[in-house]
Amino acid sequence: MAGILVVAEPQGSGFRRVGLEILSKARELKDSVGGPLAAYVGGSGVADQAAQLGAYGAEKVFVADHEALGSGLAAPHVDVLAKLQAENDFSAILFGGTVQGRDTAAALAARLGAGLNSDSTDLAPGGSGLQATRPAFGGQNLVQSTWTGGPQIALVRPNSFQASESGGSAEVVSVTPEISEGALRAKLTGRKPAEEGKVSLEEASIIVSGGRGLGAPENFAVVEALAASLGAAVGASRAAVDAGWYPHPNQVGQTGKTVSPNLYIACGISGAVQHKVGMQTSDVIVAINKDEEAPIFQFADFGVVGDLFDIVPKLTELINQRNG
Amino acid sequence: MKIAVCVKEVPDTTAEKRIDPGTGRLVRDEGDRMLNEFDKYAVEEAVRLKEAGAADEVILISLGPEKAVESLRQALAMGADSLVLVSDPAAAGSDYLGTAAALAKVLEDSGAELVLLGSESTDARSGVMAAALGEVSGRAWVTAANSLALNGGTVTVERQSDDGVDTVELPLPAVISVTKAINEPRYPSLKGIMGAKKKPQEVKSLADAGIDASKVGEAGAGTKVLSVETPPARQAGQVVKDEGNGAQQILDFLIEKKIV
Repeated sequence: MAGILVVAEPQGSGFRRVGLEILSKARELKDSVGGPLAAYVGGSGVADQAAQLGAYGAEKVFVADHEALGSGLAAPHVDVLAKLQAENDFSAILFGGTVQGRDTAAALAARLGAGLNSDSTDLAPGGSGLQATRPAFGGQNLVQSTWTGGPQIALVRPNSFQASESGGSAEVVSVTPEISEGALRAKLTGRKPAEEGKVSLEEASIIVSGGRGLGAPENFAVVEALAASLGAAVGASRAAVDAGWYPHPNQVGQTGKTVSPNLYIACGISGAVQHKVGMQTSDVIVAINKDEEAPIFQFADFGVVGDLFDIVPKLTELINQRNG
Repeated sequence: MKIAVCVKEVPDTTAEKRIDPGTGRLVRDEGDRMLNEFDKYAVEEAVRLKEAGAADEVILISLGPEKAVESLRQALAMGADSLVLVSDPAAAGSDYLGTAAALAKVLEDSGAELVLLGSESTDARSGVMAAALGEVSGRAWVTAANSLALNGGTVTVERQSDDGVDTVELPLPAVISVTKAINEPRYPSLKGIMGAKKKPQEVKSLADAGIDASKVGEAGAGTKVLSVETPPARQAGQVVKDEGNGAQQILDFLIEKKIV
């Protein structure tokens, strides 16, 4: 067993930030794990961007180029990664917690009979290699886990580490994808891209969320305007989603998504347990609510008791002025 | 055609929960237990396919403590036909590997062509079971279906991907996880609730189900909990009343924190 393999997902002509975050962290872990720090880039037409990962610490980048690897479906990647693992015997394989990352990590781990630590917010040397930290129940508990064998496969929550360049360069190794018929049974036949400039909730470093206090679906416009001024993603509480004011994929909370942005701004959200467990691991929480008794003020870093329809548009204007 | 829905009993989502620092496992005796909320969407979709004549039987498959039958009965009340629950002291502490191995064995024996799951459970929140089960059972699989249509031996799925909504086609037999966008789960009717008690509910030990005990529980786990800490709860910060300058105060705070 030797080395760490970081799976970096291509996005446009670059990479999803979570892959760069993990590579940056893996630089710190590489000496205690031993062996080289490698990266895997699988996609369609991605050969040219692979070398970029050298700047984040990858010493070797395995590139696999195939139409099926750009489908967003995981099974073709599992075939390629299983073969890479058979040839290189990595000690650890690290994925970002995206839809594709989660699917690929789970199916690869199942194929290898390997342990999988999901939703890791920290990785550290420990035991026979690494140990992972996972917040349980929205951070009320922090669980330290290790693996019973290798390879040690982990999914890392976006925004857990800072992406930073180390100024290195990588050897790019082109891999011929050998994809089985079984992995091609599920086929991509169409794609509707998300709106340009929309940030995904899990990866966003700032989230502005709206709740019951918005009162009506059209009032989400004030939350969206603030989000746009900050380059933020828009979230919604369960109450707002259940009322049909905002779509399900934007729901934050126990029955929605768990997020850990640098900044979470809650507008008109009371902060019941259901919501709290989905966002309380955010670095900084700001709350705006007209009810001074709202539970959210018990765990927000900065709270304003007042009318969100006054405060949020003013804040948007102030930030837009600052942005010039 | 037979549809299997994988379901799980979880702690009540509205209650505070904790992990036993000694065993590293979820404390299971506290408060109310319920059917995992995300599973209701998979059950609803299966029942709708049956009502539309696309399927003739909906079976539920689960792994968990014996008394989980009571929570899982809600899925029978929604319209599923029967339940197989694998319950065995040796299966306690199963991670995703053990759970996938157990579910795959029951599936193999069930003859189900389509397997549906919720996107994740509200307790573990890993969201990895559909992919693991697809892999272990050797079936075609896809996750995060916002909609699903059956045409003969093919399923067409609109899925929530990282970059938008993708259309994916896959052949049966298949494993598919569904999102909350797929439907609005029904509330069971009184008739459904009364009828649920009479539907077949089989509790099987590992031996009954023919599952290799070395593959499940702690024996089959690929991960091990080292410790469970309870970090100090988040403290309340500064709370101010808006006197007309609330927005400015938020901005000042964000500048102080170097966020803007």
